[in-house]
Amino acid sequence: MPKIKLPTKQPRIDMTPMVDTFCVVLTFLMLTTQMRQPEPATIDTPFSISETPTLDFNMMTFLVSPEGKVFMNFDNGPDTILQFRPKILAEMGKRYGIEFTEKQLREFEKIPSSMGVPIMDMQAFLNAKDNASRKVYQVGIPLDSTDNQMAMWVFYARQVNPNIQACIKGDSKTPFPAVKKVLDILQEMKVKRFNLVTNLEAAKINLEEIQQ
Amino acid sequence: MAEIIQEEKGKGGKKRAKKVVPHIDMTPMVDLMCLLITFFMLANSLNKAKIMEIVLPDRLNDPNQEAPRISASRTQNIILGPENKIYTYPGTVKPEDFNNLPPLRETDFSATGIRQILLGWNKTLFKKIADFNQQVISGKIEISQDSVRGAISHLKKVDDTGPIVLIKAYKEANYGNFVDILDEMNICGIAVFMFVDITWYEEKMVEAAMGVVSTSATSSN
Repeated sequence: MPKIKLPTKQPRIDMTPMVDTFCVVLTFLMLTTQMRQPEPATIDTPFSISETPTLDFNMMTFLVSPEGKVFMNFDNGPDTILQFRPKILAEMGKRYGIEFTEKQLREFEKIPSSMGVPIMDMQAFLNAKDNASRKVYQVGIPLDSTDNQMAMWVFYARQVNPNIQACIKGDSKTPFPAVKKVLDILQEMKVKRFNLVTNLEAAKINLEEIQQ
Repeated sequence: MAEIIQEEKGKGGKKRAKKVVPHIDMTPMVDLMCLLITFFMLANSLNKAKIMEIVLPDRLNDPNQEAPRISASRTQNIILGPENKIYTYPGTVKPEDFNNLPPLRETDFSATGIRQILLGWNKTLFKKIADFNQQVISGKIEISQDSVRGAISHLKKVDDTGPIVLIKAYKEANYGNFVDILDEMNICGIAVFMFVDITWYEEKMVEAAMGVVSTSATSSN
Protein backbone atom coordinates (compact mmCIF):
# COMPACT_ATOMS: atom_id res chain seq x y z
CA MET A 1 0.00 0.00 0.00
CA PRO A 2 1.37 3.28 -0.91
CA LYS A 3 1.55 5.71 1.90
CA ILE A 4 -0.54 8.77 1.60
CA LYS A 5 1.81 11.65 1.66
CA LEU A 6 0.36 14.74 3.09
CA PRO A 7 1.79 17.88 1.67
CA THR A 8 4.24 19.22 4.25
CA LYS A 9 3.00 22.61 5.24
CA GLN A 10 3.96 24.66 8.20
CA PRO A 11 0.99 25.25 10.48
CA ARG A 12 -0.02 28.83 10.45
CA ILE A 13 -2.01 30.41 13.19
CA ASP A 14 -4.23 33.20 12.09
CA MET A 15 -3.48 35.94 14.55
CA THR A 16 -6.01 38.44 13.27
CA PRO A 17 -8.68 37.85 15.95
CA MET A 18 -6.01 37.98 18.63
CA VAL A 19 -4.75 41.26 17.29
CA ASP A 20 -8.30 42.54 17.19
CA THR A 21 -8.94 41.78 20.84
CA PHE A 22 -5.58 43.18 21.83
CA CYS A 23 -6.38 46.35 19.97
CA VAL A 24 -9.65 46.73 21.82
CA VAL A 25 -8.10 46.06 25.22
CA LEU A 26 -5.21 48.39 24.50
CA THR A 27 -7.47 51.21 23.39
CA PHE A 28 -9.60 50.76 26.47
CA LEU A 29 -6.63 50.81 28.81
CA MET A 30 -5.08 53.80 27.07
CA LEU A 31 -8.26 55.78 27.33
CA THR A 32 -8.91 54.94 30.96
CA THR A 33 -5.41 55.59 32.25
CA GLN A 34 -5.06 58.99 33.77
CA MET A 35 -1.56 60.17 33.40
CA ARG A 36 -0.45 61.79 36.57
CA GLN A 37 -0.10 65.51 36.16
CA PRO A 38 3.03 67.08 37.52
CA GLU A 39 2.24 68.70 40.85
CA PRO A 40 3.50 72.19 41.66
CA ALA A 41 5.77 70.68 44.31
CA THR A 42 7.51 67.33 44.30
CA ILE A 43 6.14 65.13 47.04
CA ASP A 44 7.51 61.81 48.25
CA THR A 45 4.69 60.32 50.23
CA PRO A 46 5.58 58.16 53.23
CA PHE A 47 4.84 54.44 53.34
CA SER A 48 2.17 52.56 55.24
CA ILE A 49 0.45 49.20 55.25
CA SER A 50 -2.93 50.70 54.43
CA GLU A 51 -4.58 49.20 51.37
CA THR A 52 -7.53 51.52 50.92
CA PRO A 53 -7.30 53.21 47.53
CA THR A 54 -7.85 56.93 47.15
CA LEU A 55 -11.30 58.17 46.32
CA ASP A 56 -12.01 59.58 42.89
CA PHE A 57 -14.49 62.21 43.92
CA ASN A 58 -15.86 63.99 46.98
CA MET A 59 -12.39 64.81 48.06
CA MET A 60 -10.21 67.80 48.73
CA THR A 61 -6.50 67.19 48.92
CA PHE A 62 -4.01 69.37 50.72
CA LEU A 63 -0.51 69.09 49.45
CA VAL A 64 2.10 70.11 52.01
CA SER A 65 5.48 70.60 50.41
CA PRO A 66 8.77 70.19 52.31
CA GLU A 67 9.08 73.98 52.41
CA GLY A 68 5.76 74.18 54.21
CA LYS A 69 3.74 75.56 51.30
CA VAL A 70 0.18 74.36 51.01
CA PHE A 71 -1.55 73.53 47.73
CA MET A 72 -5.12 72.43 47.24
CA ASN A 73 -6.90 70.18 44.83
CA PHE A 74 -10.52 69.22 44.47
CA ASP A 75 -11.32 65.72 43.26
CA ASN A 76 -7.72 65.15 42.14
CA GLY A 77 -7.75 66.22 38.57
CA PRO A 78 -10.08 67.96 36.20
CA ASP A 79 -13.57 68.55 37.50
CA THR A 80 -16.09 65.73 37.70
CA ILE A 81 -19.61 65.81 36.29
CA LEU A 82 -20.98 67.32 39.46
CA GLN A 83 -18.99 70.50 38.79
CA PHE A 84 -18.24 71.64 42.28
CA ARG A 85 -15.14 73.56 41.34
CA PRO A 86 -16.64 76.61 39.61
CA LYS A 87 -19.20 76.95 42.40
CA ILE A 88 -16.50 76.91 45.06
CA LEU A 89 -14.46 79.50 43.19
CA ALA A 90 -17.50 81.70 42.64
CA GLU A 91 -18.25 81.60 46.37
CA MET A 92 -14.65 82.44 47.15
CA GLY A 93 -14.84 85.35 44.71
CA LYS A 94 -17.93 86.68 46.43
CA ARG A 95 -16.21 86.46 49.81
CA TYR A 96 -13.19 88.44 48.64
CA GLY A 97 -15.04 90.80 46.28
CA ILE A 98 -13.58 89.40 43.08
CA GLU A 99 -15.84 88.72 40.14
CA PHE A 100 -14.76 85.79 38.01
CA THR A 101 -15.86 85.64 34.40
CA GLU A 102 -17.50 82.59 32.90
CA LYS A 103 -14.31 81.84 31.02
CA GLN A 104 -12.18 81.98 34.14
CA LEU A 105 -14.53 79.63 35.98
CA ARG A 106 -14.31 77.17 33.13
CA GLU A 107 -10.53 77.50 33.17
CA PHE A 108 -10.54 76.71 36.89
CA GLU A 109 -12.52 73.58 36.16
CA LYS A 110 -9.78 72.32 33.89
CA ILE A 111 -6.72 72.74 36.11
CA PRO A 112 -5.25 69.24 36.17
CA SER A 113 -2.98 69.54 39.19
CA SER A 114 -3.08 71.14 42.60
CA MET A 115 -3.06 74.88 42.90
CA GLY A 116 -1.65 77.12 45.56
CA VAL A 117 -2.59 80.59 44.42
CA PRO A 118 -3.62 83.43 46.71
CA ILE A 119 -7.13 84.48 45.74
CA MET A 120 -5.89 87.94 44.74
CA ASP A 121 -3.70 86.43 42.02
CA MET A 122 -6.33 83.93 40.93
CA GLN A 123 -7.58 85.97 37.95
CA ALA A 124 -4.09 86.48 36.59
CA PHE A 125 -3.39 82.79 37.18
CA LEU A 126 -6.47 81.71 35.24
CA ASN A 127 -5.80 84.16 32.42
CA ALA A 128 -2.27 82.90 31.91
CA LYS A 129 -1.90 80.88 28.75
CA ASP A 130 0.38 77.97 29.61
CA ASN A 131 1.69 76.09 32.60
CA ALA A 132 5.06 77.83 32.55
CA SER A 133 3.59 81.28 33.01
CA ARG A 134 1.16 79.92 35.59
CA LYS A 135 3.92 78.54 37.72
CA VAL A 136 4.87 82.04 38.91
CA TYR A 137 1.62 82.34 40.84
CA GLN A 138 1.92 78.99 42.62
CA VAL A 139 3.26 80.31 45.89
CA GLY A 140 1.04 78.36 48.26
CA ILE A 141 -2.27 79.23 49.84
CA PRO A 142 -1.95 81.83 52.62
CA LEU A 143 -2.95 80.40 55.99
CA ASP A 144 -1.85 82.92 58.60
CA SER A 145 -4.37 83.96 61.17
CA THR A 146 -4.65 87.41 59.53
CA ASP A 147 -5.40 86.10 56.07
CA ASN A 148 -6.59 82.55 56.38
CA GLN A 149 -7.68 81.76 52.86
CA MET A 150 -7.30 78.02 53.36
CA ALA A 151 -10.00 78.03 56.02
CA MET A 152 -12.26 79.86 53.57
CA TRP A 153 -11.59 77.31 50.84
CA VAL A 154 -12.44 74.53 53.25
CA PHE A 155 -15.55 76.35 54.40
CA TYR A 156 -16.96 76.92 50.92
CA ALA A 157 -15.91 73.51 49.64
CA ARG A 158 -17.90 71.95 52.45
CA GLN A 159 -20.80 74.27 51.84
CA VAL A 160 -20.97 73.44 48.13
CA ASN A 161 -20.34 69.72 48.62
CA PRO A 162 -21.26 68.49 52.12
CA ASN A 163 -19.87 65.02 51.39
CA ILE A 164 -16.37 66.24 50.73
CA GLN A 165 -13.57 64.49 52.61
CA ALA A 166 -10.23 65.92 53.55
CA CYS A 167 -7.06 64.29 52.37
CA ILE A 168 -3.56 65.28 53.34
CA LYS A 169 -0.60 64.54 51.15
CA GLY A 170 2.70 65.47 52.66
CA ASP A 171 6.31 64.80 51.88
CA SER A 172 8.00 62.58 54.43
CA LYS A 173 10.48 65.38 55.04
CA THR A 174 7.88 68.06 55.63
CA PRO A 175 8.44 69.51 59.10
CA PHE A 176 5.59 68.50 61.33
CA PRO A 177 4.55 72.03 62.43
CA ALA A 178 3.62 72.80 58.79
CA VAL A 179 1.29 69.81 58.72
CA LYS A 180 0.03 70.64 62.19
CA LYS A 181 -1.07 74.06 60.95
CA VAL A 182 -3.18 72.45 58.24
CA LEU A 183 -4.60 69.95 60.72
CA ASP A 184 -5.43 72.77 63.13
CA ILE A 185 -7.27 74.77 60.49
CA LEU A 186 -9.25 71.71 59.45
CA GLN A 187 -10.06 70.90 63.05
CA GLU A 188 -11.26 74.44 63.56
CA MET A 189 -13.54 74.00 60.57
CA LYS A 190 -14.92 70.90 62.32
CA VAL A 191 -13.32 68.39 60.00
CA LYS A 192 -12.44 65.40 62.13
CA ARG A 193 -11.81 62.62 59.66
CA PHE A 194 -8.63 62.80 57.66
CA ASN A 195 -7.13 60.62 55.05
CA LEU A 196 -3.39 60.59 54.79
CA VAL A 197 -2.06 59.72 51.37
CA THR A 198 0.63 57.05 51.55
CA ASN A 199 2.35 54.43 49.44
CA LEU A 200 1.83 50.78 50.09
CA GLU A 201 4.52 48.87 51.91
CA ALA A 202 4.22 45.39 53.33
CA ALA A 203 5.06 44.69 56.95
CA LYS A 204 5.39 41.28 58.51
CA ILE A 205 5.50 40.43 62.15
CA ASN A 206 6.96 37.24 63.43
CA LEU A 207 4.55 35.67 65.88
CA GLU A 208 7.23 33.65 67.64
CA GLU A 209 9.20 36.75 68.41
CA ILE A 210 6.40 38.25 70.42
CA GLN A 211 5.60 35.15 72.38
CA GLN A 212 8.99 35.26 73.99
CA MET B 1 -16.40 40.98 -29.13
CA ALA B 2 -16.70 42.60 -25.86
CA GLU B 3 -17.39 39.24 -24.31
CA ILE B 4 -14.24 37.76 -25.68
CA ILE B 5 -12.18 40.56 -24.35
CA GLN B 6 -13.81 40.15 -20.99
CA GLU B 7 -13.03 36.46 -21.04
CA GLU B 8 -9.45 37.13 -21.83
CA LYS B 9 -9.22 39.65 -19.09
CA GLY B 10 -10.83 37.24 -16.68
CA LYS B 11 -8.33 34.57 -17.57
CA GLY B 12 -5.47 36.94 -16.99
CA GLY B 13 -6.95 37.90 -13.61
CA LYS B 14 -7.25 34.27 -12.58
CA LYS B 15 -3.65 33.69 -13.43
CA ARG B 16 -2.58 36.56 -11.22
CA ALA B 17 -4.86 35.40 -8.41
CA LYS B 18 -3.06 32.10 -8.35
CA LYS B 19 0.06 33.82 -7.06
CA VAL B 20 0.69 33.24 -3.38
CA VAL B 21 -1.40 35.46 -1.15
CA PRO B 22 0.99 37.70 0.78
CA HIS B 23 1.01 36.72 4.40
CA ILE B 24 1.80 39.33 6.99
CA ASP B 25 3.60 37.96 9.97
CA MET B 26 1.79 39.47 12.92
CA THR B 27 3.95 38.06 15.69
CA PRO B 28 6.00 41.22 16.31
CA MET B 29 2.84 43.28 16.37
CA VAL B 30 1.28 40.94 18.91
CA ASP B 31 4.46 41.06 20.96
CA LEU B 32 4.41 44.81 21.03
CA MET B 33 0.76 44.96 21.93
CA CYS B 34 1.28 42.49 24.75
CA LEU B 35 3.98 44.73 26.14
CA LEU B 36 1.83 47.84 25.87
CA ILE B 37 -1.14 46.14 27.50
CA THR B 38 1.01 44.95 30.38
CA PHE B 39 2.40 48.44 30.79
CA PHE B 40 -0.98 50.12 30.84
CA MET B 41 -2.49 47.57 33.18
CA LEU B 42 0.34 48.01 35.65
CA ALA B 43 0.27 51.78 35.28
CA ASN B 44 -3.44 51.72 35.98
CA SER B 45 -3.18 49.72 39.15
CA LEU B 46 0.04 51.20 40.52
CA ASN B 47 -0.97 54.78 39.91
CA LYS B 48 -3.47 54.73 42.71
CA ALA B 49 -2.12 56.07 45.94
CA LYS B 50 -3.37 54.55 49.16
CA ILE B 51 -4.94 56.40 52.02
CA MET B 52 -4.81 55.93 55.75
CA GLU B 53 -7.66 57.20 57.82
CA ILE B 54 -7.26 58.98 61.12
CA VAL B 55 -9.79 60.67 63.32
CA LEU B 56 -8.77 63.58 65.47
CA PRO B 57 -10.67 64.37 68.67
CA ASP B 58 -12.97 67.36 68.91
CA ARG B 59 -11.50 70.68 69.87
CA LEU B 60 -12.44 71.74 73.38
CA ASN B 61 -13.64 75.24 72.78
CA ASP B 62 -15.84 75.48 75.83
CA PRO B 63 -13.63 76.17 78.87
CA ASN B 64 -16.16 74.52 81.19
CA GLN B 65 -15.96 71.31 79.24
CA GLU B 66 -13.55 68.84 80.73
CA ALA B 67 -11.21 66.66 78.76
CA PRO B 68 -12.20 62.99 78.87
CA ARG B 69 -10.48 61.15 81.69
CA ILE B 70 -8.44 58.08 80.97
CA SER B 71 -6.82 55.70 83.38
CA ALA B 72 -3.18 56.56 84.00
CA SER B 73 -2.14 52.95 84.48
CA ARG B 74 -2.96 52.09 80.89
CA THR B 75 -1.63 55.28 79.39
CA GLN B 76 1.53 55.24 77.36
CA ASN B 77 3.00 58.35 75.83
CA ILE B 78 4.94 58.44 72.61
CA ILE B 79 6.77 61.61 71.67
CA LEU B 80 8.15 61.99 68.19
CA GLY B 81 11.53 63.59 68.54
CA PRO B 82 14.02 65.10 66.13
CA GLU B 83 16.23 62.95 63.89
CA ASN B 84 13.73 60.08 63.68
CA LYS B 85 13.92 59.34 67.38
CA ILE B 86 11.01 58.30 69.52
CA TYR B 87 10.70 58.89 73.24
CA THR B 88 8.22 57.02 75.37
CA TYR B 89 7.15 57.19 78.97
CA PRO B 90 4.29 55.51 80.83
CA GLY B 91 1.47 57.11 82.79
CA THR B 92 0.83 60.78 83.18
CA VAL B 93 2.81 63.69 84.51
CA LYS B 94 1.27 66.49 86.46
CA PRO B 95 2.51 69.96 85.54
CA GLU B 96 3.29 70.53 89.24
CA ASP B 97 6.04 67.90 89.19
CA PHE B 98 8.08 69.70 86.61
CA ASN B 99 11.16 69.46 88.80
CA ASN B 100 10.83 65.73 89.01
CA LEU B 101 10.07 64.58 85.50
CA PRO B 102 10.18 60.88 84.69
CA PRO B 103 13.01 59.77 82.41
CA LEU B 104 12.22 59.09 78.78
CA ARG B 105 12.97 55.85 77.05
CA GLU B 106 14.60 56.42 73.70
CA THR B 107 13.97 54.20 70.70
CA ASP B 108 13.68 54.36 66.91
CA PHE B 109 11.43 53.38 64.02
CA SER B 110 13.10 50.06 63.21
CA ALA B 111 11.27 46.76 63.58
CA THR B 112 13.29 46.03 66.71
CA GLY B 113 12.64 49.45 68.21
CA ILE B 114 9.20 50.88 68.69
CA ARG B 115 7.43 47.85 67.23
CA GLN B 116 8.75 45.54 69.95
CA ILE B 117 7.72 48.02 72.62
CA LEU B 118 4.23 48.39 71.18
CA LEU B 119 3.82 44.64 70.84
CA GLY B 120 4.98 44.26 74.41
CA TRP B 121 2.25 46.60 75.60
CA ASN B 122 -0.36 45.10 73.35
CA LYS B 123 0.52 41.41 73.65
CA THR B 124 -2.87 39.93 74.50
CA LEU B 125 -4.89 41.87 71.97
CA PHE B 126 -2.35 41.35 69.23
CA LYS B 127 -2.34 37.61 69.86
CA LYS B 128 -6.12 37.56 69.75
CA ILE B 129 -6.14 39.33 66.40
CA ALA B 130 -3.36 37.14 65.02
CA ASP B 131 -5.17 33.97 66.16
CA PHE B 132 -8.36 35.18 64.57
CA ASN B 133 -6.60 35.93 61.29
CA GLN B 134 -4.94 32.52 61.39
CA GLN B 135 -8.26 30.80 61.89
CA VAL B 136 -9.78 32.69 59.00
CA ILE B 137 -6.91 31.75 56.72
CA SER B 138 -6.95 28.09 57.71
CA GLY B 139 -10.72 27.96 57.24
CA LYS B 140 -11.69 27.18 60.84
CA ILE B 141 -13.94 30.22 60.88
CA GLU B 142 -16.11 30.74 57.85
CA ILE B 143 -16.49 34.46 57.41
CA SER B 144 -16.71 36.74 54.43
CA GLN B 145 -13.80 39.00 53.66
CA ASP B 146 -15.86 42.09 54.39
CA SER B 147 -16.79 41.08 57.90
CA VAL B 148 -13.20 40.27 58.88
CA ARG B 149 -12.48 43.94 59.35
CA GLY B 150 -15.61 44.41 61.38
CA ALA B 151 -14.76 41.42 63.58
CA ILE B 152 -11.27 42.77 64.20
CA SER B 153 -12.56 46.19 65.09
CA HIS B 154 -14.98 44.51 67.48
CA LEU B 155 -12.07 42.63 69.08
CA LYS B 156 -10.36 45.98 69.51
CA LYS B 157 -13.46 47.56 70.97
CA VAL B 158 -14.06 44.99 73.71
CA ASP B 159 -10.40 44.83 74.64
CA ASP B 160 -9.50 46.38 77.98
CA THR B 161 -5.93 45.23 78.46
CA GLY B 162 -4.13 47.08 75.71
CA PRO B 163 -2.54 50.46 76.18
CA ILE B 164 -4.05 53.84 75.53
CA VAL B 165 -1.39 55.46 73.42
CA LEU B 166 -1.04 59.21 73.28
CA ILE B 167 1.03 60.40 70.37
CA LYS B 168 2.73 63.75 70.61
CA ALA B 169 5.05 65.49 68.22
CA TYR B 170 8.01 67.58 69.25
CA LYS B 171 8.43 70.60 67.03
CA GLU B 172 11.39 69.17 65.14
CA ALA B 173 9.62 65.98 64.08
CA ASN B 174 8.65 65.56 60.45
CA TYR B 175 5.53 64.36 58.73
CA GLY B 176 7.07 61.03 57.77
CA ASN B 177 7.53 60.19 61.47
CA PHE B 178 3.88 60.99 62.09
CA VAL B 179 2.68 58.66 59.36
CA ASP B 180 5.15 55.99 60.44
CA ILE B 181 3.94 55.98 64.02
CA LEU B 182 0.29 55.79 62.96
CA ASP B 183 1.28 52.95 60.68
CA GLU B 184 2.95 51.14 63.58
CA MET B 185 -0.29 51.51 65.52
CA ASN B 186 -2.12 49.74 62.71
CA ILE B 187 0.55 47.07 62.37
CA CYS B 188 0.53 46.30 66.08
CA GLY B 189 -3.24 46.44 66.33
CA ILE B 190 -3.35 49.10 69.04
CA ALA B 191 -7.00 49.61 69.89
CA VAL B 192 -6.94 53.11 71.34
CA PHE B 193 -4.56 55.77 70.18
CA MET B 194 -4.89 59.48 69.98
CA PHE B 195 -2.91 62.32 68.59
CA VAL B 196 -2.67 65.16 71.09
CA ASP B 197 -0.76 68.41 71.41
CA ILE B 198 2.55 68.27 73.20
CA THR B 199 2.71 70.07 76.54
CA TRP B 200 5.48 72.38 77.67
CA TYR B 201 6.78 69.97 80.31
CA GLU B 202 6.99 67.19 77.77
CA GLU B 203 8.99 69.46 75.49
CA LYS B 204 11.26 70.03 78.45
CA MET B 205 11.56 66.29 78.99
CA VAL B 206 12.59 65.78 75.36
CA GLU B 207 15.14 68.55 75.60
CA ALA B 208 16.50 67.04 78.79
CA ALA B 209 16.74 63.61 77.18
CA MET B 210 18.50 65.09 74.18
CA GLY B 211 20.83 67.00 76.47
CA VAL B 212 21.68 63.84 78.39
CA VAL B 213 22.45 62.05 75.16
CA SER B 214 24.67 64.81 73.84
CA THR B 215 26.57 65.28 77.13
CA SER B 216 27.14 61.56 77.48
CA ALA B 217 28.38 61.50 73.91
CA THR B 218 30.82 64.32 74.59
CA SER B 219 31.99 62.78 77.87
CA SER B 220 32.66 59.46 76.16
CA ASN B 221 34.73 61.30 73.60
